[in-house]
Amino acid sequence: MEWLVAIVIGVMTASGVYLVLRARTFPLVLGLTLLSYAVNVFLFSMGRLQVGQAAIISPEASGYTDPLPQALVLTAIVIAFGMTAFLIVLALKARSELGNDHVDGMSYVAEEQAPKSKADQT
Amino acid sequence: MSSIWPVLPVLLPLIGGILALFTRVGGLNWQRAVNLTMTVALVVLTVKTLMVAGNSGHEVYLLGNWLAPFGIVLVLDQLSALLLLVTAVLALFALLYAISQDTDRQGEHFHVLYQIQLFGLNGAFLTGDLFNLFVFFEVLLLASYGLLLHGGGRLRTKGGLHYVVINLVGSSLFLFAVGTLYGVLGTLNIADMADKMATVSPADQGIVAAAAMLLLVVFGIKAAMFPLYLWLPGAYAHTSAAVAALFAIMTKVGLYAIVRVHGTLFGEQAGALAGLHLDVVLWLGMLTLLLGAFGVFAARGLKEQAAFLVLASVATLLIGIGINQAQALSASLYYLLHSTLMGAAFFLMADLIARGRGSYADRLRSAPPMSQAILLGSLYLVAAISITGMPPLSGFFGKVLLLDAALGHPLQVWIFSAILLGSLLMMIAMARSGSTLFYQVNTDTHNDGQTQKSSALAVVVALLLISPLMVISAGPLTALTQQAAAQYVDRDGYINAVLQQPAVTRE
Repeated sequence: MEWLVAIVIGVMTASGVYLVLRARTFPLVLGLTLLSYAVNVFLFSMGRLQVGQAAIISPEASGYTDPLPQALVLTAIVIAFGMTAFLIVLALKARSELGNDHVDGMSYVAEEQAPKSKADQT
Repeated sequence: MSSIWPVLPVLLPLIGGILALFTRVGGLNWQRAVNLTMTVALVVLTVKTLMVAGNSGHEVYLLGNWLAPFGIVLVLDQLSALLLLVTAVLALFALLYAISQDTDRQGEHFHVLYQIQLFGLNGAFLTGDLFNLFVFFEVLLLASYGLLLHGGGRLRTKGGLHYVVINLVGSSLFLFAVGTLYGVLGTLNIADMADKMATVSPADQGIVAAAAMLLLVVFGIKAAMFPLYLWLPGAYAHTSAAVAALFAIMTKVGLYAIVRVHGTLFGEQAGALAGLHLDVVLWLGMLTLLLGAFGVFAARGLKEQAAFLVLASVATLLIGIGINQAQALSASLYYLLHSTLMGAAFFLMADLIARGRGSYADRLRSAPPMSQAILLGSLYLVAAISITGMPPLSGFFGKVLLLDAALGHPLQVWIFSAILLGSLLMMIAMARSGSTLFYQVNTDTHNDGQTQKSSALAVVVALLLISPLMVISAGPLTALTQQAAAQYVDRDGYINAVLQQPAVTRE
């Protein structure tokens, strides 16, 4: 099972990194989401992978799984969810203000700076 | 007996933020009153916590009364107390400037975000748990996203987008590093991790070292360490002046995290892994310093120049951390107090000059003479002397202390060359922009700038006055920083204080 989880984490991280390096904001958001999925599975597996074991102490339990990574993942999921929502809104704002969805928003900003430099020469 | 002091500086701004949210129905003046009251109260409280930390070793607070390796702890020592104090003082000045220039009228929820920002900062300075540090980082980042974008504008949105994306990538890397360290060490309490570092089997040492380097990348993003500093000039130069001034402390959070996490985990007790981050930090610090100085030279506007000056001050502090001695740490702390407050003062002063020049803003071009040019020019002179580290102001003092601590280090020639060359470059650049702004005036067109508000001027003058004050009180201040450094170097004291803190029992 370990190798399957390891491959899943690796593929998701690689795809995430590739998408984060794209020049437009939508692939960027998808890339960051994939990265956060990968990190969630990674954190989960750091408590060692167990199947069908209890996380809370009980007399019937035959063995235990580590409960702490589960708590960490829960926190990480909530934070990543909030951050992604914020990033989507920010990407939309950048799209409407800069006139394109390029991460550097180049063309529009260049236009804005042009008249200023004319004023400098006077 | 569990101490209450470490938790108060975290709770106060949280309550302040919630109060500011609810007083919104009463209008902006109510929010201003709440924010101002809470920030003044925070200054008073942090002075008190500094005194408490000076009197009694480490103050440990067990959250939920869970014993140390199992629950989350907040730890107050003199290092964190000093950073709390400088944050509170900086926040007060930045807030006064924001109110006097009506920055908070440009959008909603400025005061709420401001208090939550302080909540995240104070939490990051006080926590003794690695995952809790991640949570407080996210709190302070989310508030900083809001503050950075406050008021809007195209360039601000573009700089803000870069800032948000790089910090989100940083958060993912942080979690990878935290997960790896937990997988090997089985704990997230910083003191407990440091304690277990010596028992790491040789097969696992490589994994721990890799995780530590990943953490260094994360803190390097926050601290704007080469090659991860490219987000800083765009984000800081285009946000409002008061927010940029407050953000002078944000890069120091990254530095503090390196000192607290790497410094504690990889101290002498770590065996084969001891001090694995020091060389990297030292060399990257020197590189960042030179690149920051080049950036000061190449900047087209005064605010961009201020952003690169902040970068150079961070680099100087990285060098101080890389030297890794109690004396160097004490010098770095003095320089940190100076550079945070003066970096903020420079941003505020650049904003005054930009307002005075009207449509020419802060661009380094010849412009019509501004009103009150003599007063602004004098302020510029004081700020430039202080921040480039020329005598007689506090920057010079900090750099001398740092160079003194570098004597005898195997790389002392490199350290001396980097710091002195960086200072020389910055000095030339500051002299050039000063003469462009104040001497090379053209009288062909009329100045369309505003006259300065006296309240805003007073805030900047008061902030700049701290620099000569830091020189006059250098004796007691360095005694304080030496005490803090000595307490920090005693890592066993920290580990024992955290791990042996007894739970509160009901009587």
